[in-house]
Amino acid sequence: MSGSAENPHTTPAARDVRAHAAEWLERRVAEDWSQKDQAELDSWLAESATHKVAYMRVRAAWNKADRIVVLHKAPFHPASASPSKGVLPAAFRIAAALIVLSAIGIGAAQYLSKPDGTTYATGVGGHKTVTLPDGTRIELNTDTSLRIALKGDQRKVVLDKGEAFFHVTHNGARPFMVMVGNHRITDIGTEFVIRREASDVKVSLVEGRAQFERADGATKPAVLMAGDVVVATANTFTVTHKAIRELNETLAWRRGALIFFHTSLAQAAEEINRYNEQKVVIADADAARLQINGTFPANDVRLFGRVAHVVLGVNVENRNGEVVISR
Amino acid sequence: MSASDAEAWFIREVLPLEAALMQFLRRSWRNQNEIDDLCQDIYARVFEAANERIPQQTKPFVFATARNLLIDRARREHIVSFEAVADLDALGVAIDEPGPDRTIIAREELRRLQGALDRLPKPYRDALVMKKVEGLSRKEIAQRMGVDEDTVKHNIANAMYALADFVYGDRVDLGDTP
Repeated sequence: MSGSAENPHTTPAARDVRAHAAEWLERRVAEDWSQKDQAELDSWLAESATHKVAYMRVRAAWNKADRIVVLHKAPFHPASASPSKGVLPAAFRIAAALIVLSAIGIGAAQYLSKPDGTTYATGVGGHKTVTLPDGTRIELNTDTSLRIALKGDQRKVVLDKGEAFFHVTHNGARPFMVMVGNHRITDIGTEFVIRREASDVKVSLVEGRAQFERADGATKPAVLMAGDVVVATANTFTVTHKAIRELNETLAWRRGALIFFHTSLAQAAEEINRYNEQKVVIADADAARLQINGTFPANDVRLFGRVAHVVLGVNVENRNGEVVISR
Repeated sequence: MSASDAEAWFIREVLPLEAALMQFLRRSWRNQNEIDDLCQDIYARVFEAANERIPQQTKPFVFATARNLLIDRARREHIVSFEAVADLDALGVAIDEPGPDRTIIAREELRRLQGALDRLPKPYRDALVMKKVEGLSRKEIAQRMGVDEDTVKHNIANAMYALADFVYGDRVDLGDTP
């Protein structure tokens, strides 16, 4: 390491070299880049290691920006982005509970002896908020159907299909229950998330406490604390623990976004397909295993394909109305 | 262009050290106007060395290179001061710190990127989003922004320049609310 002979004042300032590197990169990613341009860039890069590192640096930052620009483009449901807590009386606010329920398939109807509830539903890609007289707010995610039955001493919701977020105004004298499949979740002053896929139900507690049990009372109820995640099949359930931040990321759909962090392309595609009629198909196992990071608009399949192409370098083509991704 | 091993190593291992390196340079070097140049020269030295052989331990190697370069410069400019030497020696401690794990780096980067995008001047940010997310051409961006294509080139290049500083540099104001 003996570069000490050179005079520092003859070295072009880093600022100038970096500005040049940025100008090169701008040309490089522009639509009219030619072989001649490439040859010029190559010779500029070959001139010095300083040029080379400046170019690598600006290009690496530009490539990383793939993760973020998508987020910036996602002001989807501005109205629901910040829960309208301000409209609730303070006393309610303290005891308010949030629940997210997700269920796919049908079931649970048998537990409402009298299905006199009002039905609310969304289509694929839909998002809807229902506010009850007591201030409880229910947000329906894509492809969701639920019934709400309010009786004198009971508030009961049956989630027939899909996923929902519940912000429950707690009232010990008038319990709020959510039925999903064979299971019942009772708010006891909490924020929690419940999700059901195929035959599974997933309950994630964001804050406070809730009770989880078999609807037929055959098992002992579990009391869930913040960060607890229950995964339940028809007859059994297990409880694990997660960081609240991670749980919140699973709620990004409330603002129309999906957050992926080290998520396989296969899982990401499955997730985005829940929100769109146009489906993403991963054609081969190599592509399926690739990992993806970032925040994506839930309703933009084209953008998803584009980012996958740019970030992961996969082939993306439109085939018979499907977005087919291959390696 | 396909990245060589040295390039991939440089992007993966060296660039994430930039904030720490810049802080070290600011502490150790009197003339703050030369910090960017020093960083750039250190990068060039590190990269040239990596082209021969990729160092096993990145952080100690980068900081040792930094230290050697500062000493070369200081000798040449006859400005070695007691404080500068003491500070260089204190560096030994920093080198031995274990690096943050990849997950933390990734989250930190995401946070920096978010901050970066919020802080870019609006014309740069708009141009960046149209280019990056929407994949528009210069001409299309120019039409949408109501400016000429040279301005679009200029805005995108400036956005790229600023982004690199935000992502890798030691701008401490990043992440705060504007």
